[in-house]
Amino acid sequence: MTPQTEQPPLAFLNGKAMVEKPTDLYIPPDALEVILETFEGPLDLLLYLIKKHQLDILQLSVHTITRQYVAYVELMKDLKLELAAEYLVMAALLTQIKSRLLLPVHKELEEQEVDPRVELIKRLQEYEQFKTAAENLDEIPRLDRDIFVAQALISEKIVPETLLPDVDMKDILLSLGDIMARAKNYTHHHISAETLSTREQMSKILQQLSETTEFVEFSLLFELSEGRNGVVVTFIAILELIKECLIECIQSEPRIQIYVQLIR
Amino acid sequence: MGDKKISDEQLVEIIEAAIFVAGKPLSRIVLKETVLEEFNVSLIRIKQCLETLEAHYSTRGIQLVKVGSGFRFQASKNLSPWLSKLFQGKTPKYSRALLETLSLIAYRQPITRGEIEQVRGVAVSSHIIKTLLERGWVKGVGHKEVPGRPALYATTAAFLDYFSLASLENLPLLPEQQENKINQMLS
Repeated sequence: MTPQTEQPPLAFLNGKAMVEKPTDLYIPPDALEVILETFEGPLDLLLYLIKKHQLDILQLSVHTITRQYVAYVELMKDLKLELAAEYLVMAALLTQIKSRLLLPVHKELEEQEVDPRVELIKRLQEYEQFKTAAENLDEIPRLDRDIFVAQALISEKIVPETLLPDVDMKDILLSLGDIMARAKNYTHHHISAETLSTREQMSKILQQLSETTEFVEFSLLFELSEGRNGVVVTFIAILELIKECLIECIQSEPRIQIYVQLIR
Repeated sequence: MGDKKISDEQLVEIIEAAIFVAGKPLSRIVLKETVLEEFNVSLIRIKQCLETLEAHYSTRGIQLVKVGSGFRFQASKNLSPWLSKLFQGKTPKYSRALLETLSLIAYRQPITRGEIEQVRGVAVSSHIIKTLLERGWVKGVGHKEVPGRPALYATTAAFLDYFSLASLENLPLLPEQQENKINQMLS
């Protein structure tokens, strides 16, 4: 039974009465999820366990640490599987180291054999290094927390200077070329109404020929002032009249004047 | 560079006002190419003016300091306890995960995400990298020529500005690794 002490024991652990509170942080299993967020990973938890036992990383007692570590992992397995995976890898590593330490080392291999803890210790130290660095970084004065930038207001009347970009003449020409090339795709085909009608011209010619019974010189039928188009229209009109057998053309021999006459 | 002449007094005034109104740190080169564009002043002369200003403000509540991307005026650090009352609740607190990741990038840059995870023993969440990139403290500076070509991260001038550091050399020294002790243990 419990020995009668001045102070009633707080709890019983492995049959022993605990009179004093544990010196390290007591973590109820319910709070594990919180712990997981508190620790930044397996290395962090390992570091914590080592510090808790006030051990030097270098005197890493694999046995104690592994036992405790695995106990934590057991607890967290049910809670956050994804997160536990990283912790499980570490648990495996710890047990591996432990098993290697237990195995006798072959004499011939002794020299090659490296203390299995070394790699882990190196990693722990490296992590601790950056854990401290992060804490230091947090201490550095930072903007809006420790440092306040002094600023003056500038008159609102100031118009920001706009810098117009320099343009090279070559670029202008190149872009003009582009535009021209594109413009080609938009060319319109203007179809305008004929100002001189062939029919009208035919009547005019018939009129002219009916005024006389004589042959009329071919060239006289053309009104040069009507321009190129007029000449063409007149010519078409003459051909049309010939086709319709309304006029006839005669030429006594090649390369001399053609005469036109109405067919009556 | 322009050819107009300017007196020392005027030059100091322009530089002082420019740094105050710029809203961001100004480097000597930026000063020379903007506000001092039309004057014939050398970088050395600008430096002398900045030193004059620095001396002038040394006894005031405002100080001229050099940070990553240039010079800026800021309140003296010893006034922070009182000044911070003006800005209560405005500073975000950063998680340990973020700070550890940031320290690794700062001290070991350029570094890949995998290398960060190697040291920390835990996966780096995309959220952290995203936050760091968004704050403009880190940026991808290339890809490591290993399978997967992971992005290499490095810190930026904005990072230095935020922590009021003139250069990476001003970062606190990394705690020494106890290499010797390991060797002792092995022997």
